[in-house]
Amino acid sequence: MRRAVIIFTAVLGFLFTSLGFGATSALAEGETLQGTLINAGQPVAGVVIKVADEGGSSIGDSTSGADGKWSVGVPGPGTYKVDLDTATLPQGVTVTTGRSSLTLSVFEGAARNVLFPLGSAAAPGAEEQEEIPGSSNLSRVLDLVYTGIHFGLIIALAALGLSLIFGTMGLTNFAHGELVTFGALMAFLFNVTANLPLWVSVAGAVVLGGLFGWLQDRFFWGWLRGRRTGLIGMMIISIGAALMLRYLFLYFFGGQTRQYADYVAQPGIDLGLIAVAPKNLIMDAVAIVVLIIVSLALVKTRLGKATRAVSTNPSLAAASGINVDAIIRLVWMIGGALAALSGAMLGIFQGVNYQMGFQILLLVFAAVTLGGLGTAFGALLGSLVIGLATQLSTLIIPSELKNVGALAVLIVIILVRPQGILGRRERIG
Amino acid sequence: MSWDIILGVSLESLINATMIAYALAAIGLNVQFGYTGLLNFGQSAFLGVAAYGMAMTVATFGLPFWIGIGVGLAGALVLALLLGIPTLRLRADYLAIVTIAAAEIVRLLFRSVSLSEWTGGSDGLQAFSDDFFALNPYSSSLDIGTIISFDQRELWVMTVGWALVAISLLIVFLAMRSPWGRVIKAVREDEDAVRSLGKNVVSYKMQSLILGGVLGSLGGFIIALKNAAIQPDTYGTEFTFYMYTIVILGGAARVFGPVVGSMIFWFLLTLVNAVLPEAIAEGYIPSWLMNSNQAGAVGYILVGLGLILLLIFRPQGIFGDKKEVMLDGR
Repeated sequence: MRRAVIIFTAVLGFLFTSLGFGATSALAEGETLQGTLINAGQPVAGVVIKVADEGGSSIGDSTSGADGKWSVGVPGPGTYKVDLDTATLPQGVTVTTGRSSLTLSVFEGAARNVLFPLGSAAAPGAEEQEEIPGSSNLSRVLDLVYTGIHFGLIIALAALGLSLIFGTMGLTNFAHGELVTFGALMAFLFNVTANLPLWVSVAGAVVLGGLFGWLQDRFFWGWLRGRRTGLIGMMIISIGAALMLRYLFLYFFGGQTRQYADYVAQPGIDLGLIAVAPKNLIMDAVAIVVLIIVSLALVKTRLGKATRAVSTNPSLAAASGINVDAIIRLVWMIGGALAALSGAMLGIFQGVNYQMGFQILLLVFAAVTLGGLGTAFGALLGSLVIGLATQLSTLIIPSELKNVGALAVLIVIILVRPQGILGRRERIG
Repeated sequence: MSWDIILGVSLESLINATMIAYALAAIGLNVQFGYTGLLNFGQSAFLGVAAYGMAMTVATFGLPFWIGIGVGLAGALVLALLLGIPTLRLRADYLAIVTIAAAEIVRLLFRSVSLSEWTGGSDGLQAFSDDFFALNPYSSSLDIGTIISFDQRELWVMTVGWALVAISLLIVFLAMRSPWGRVIKAVREDEDAVRSLGKNVVSYKMQSLILGGVLGSLGGFIIALKNAAIQPDTYGTEFTFYMYTIVILGGAARVFGPVVGSMIFWFLLTLVNAVLPEAIAEGYIPSWLMNSNQAGAVGYILVGLGLILLLIFRPQGIFGDKKEVMLDGR
């Protein structure tokens, strides 16, 4: 159970703060501790949360509102003790970890999310385990390995589409992150605004993501190809598109990070040394199945073969009767759908935000470059390496710098092996 | 609608310090992208390194301001070498990805808690500009008419800034009509041809990266001095994207392009950002369409849209020559 709390707080807290890639990240508002109290999908109001500093003197307190949210501003970065007053919880509701008091550090300028998983006292799992405080090193490493693989799979879904688009039309698409955000936002629209179950919402988001990718190529990128726009010109156009889409998302969705309605604070199930929330395992399984299907389709089917032919040599592919434009459009559709799935998974993992796609875009680029630009399987391999590298690097360096580690790996690889792990020499010249 | 205020801030942004900083950054980027064809997406890091070099020297280590300027310039030079050595042999899109990644590394390091003892973390640094403002010859603010006004501090930053712009433009003008400049432009047009003439292409690209980085870093000083403070998030990737919009708007590979581009860019952006909140407050824009929180996003949406439309319909910008714009690679 404690592992789940760590995964969640690590994700919610650190990813928001240290993944704050955006130049406009709204992190400079002063340090806060905040959270949302939810029991069985319903917000819990009227619960008192007290915050004290290391010396034990009180900083402030907050009562959760009708939406379950609470937040306490703290004077500066440092370590704080957060107490949930269990007496103010509704009848029969407890903190399922049994730990109503947490000690957390708050970074400079960061709003730290604090998770108190709530459940009814009688529910199974409430008495699950009284874990011994102080985690073993092995389980911490395993935990990071799991999170790394999980994050790597999310990156891989986005990276595969990016790599296919690069391979077939040569475009380094800086607006791919916005396809990821689009998926997360559409899932949010279905799930929270339209009150559909999460799995229906995700499926809907994937369909809409594929449609969005198809429409983009049908009405925009295909048109630019027809006008013989240069590749570098298109690359800068994609930057403009990314900027425009990102701020359209901000316009319609707002600047805050929001959660899906279902499975927000799902307790973990015990897997020996680590505990993982079932939703994460289900997401992993879906991602793996989807990646295998797409990879098999690339290798086995005629369309897959045509796609690889276009990647290798578009003119030769066209000369042998392959409709290059149709293949590129198909690739945009698949890329959009995969990115939408990635976005929905990322949204389940860390919440929905208008710049979430932009925030992982550089890691996706790193993964794609690492595996070899334009190679589909390289992108999968590169994603897992990047996912594991970001997580495992926290064993050595502060977790706020984990992305620095991943990006530094990218630069080192380019120095040593510019074509990437699976790339071919002639592609870089 | 108080049109005099809206017009005032918009006209001010034609010559104020922010516009100067972006113009300097874009002049540097123009050397790299416009003349040499290098897709440097990490230009913001040059400004950041220069500004932090200066501010850390003064605020953290207590050394004189002039040494800070030297450290800042040296920082930009070292960054150019560090970025250039692994990437200048690679194709354009690799260069783009690596430079953007490097710029993010620089920004994440500046804002990291572990280094905040020296860099001030996400709060940045203040109190490094006293020596600069001690030299300020202006004692009162300047008012032009009733709608434009600059205080004496900004006037001093603007004076120095415009002097730097003039010097930078002169350097670019002289460099690009020299034999060196002809080689640089030839590298953009056809690298292999230049190589076959016996020129060391990588060395020329490196010189261009360094020149552009150092010219751009002057913009980092201006931003830091104008605010009398530095924050890491100023130097994010969107800063670089703005510079590209400015360079392309003014016309790539044109000496005055970046300055004119920066003036027009800031005039329009300031106008939009000033008009929309007023229009919402006065009820000209219905609240179901846009509230004042959403108005902030509109400027960015228009910048993105403008960049797309420019590249599709007028890639040479206002003054450029279409033949001279490097938009095709591979």
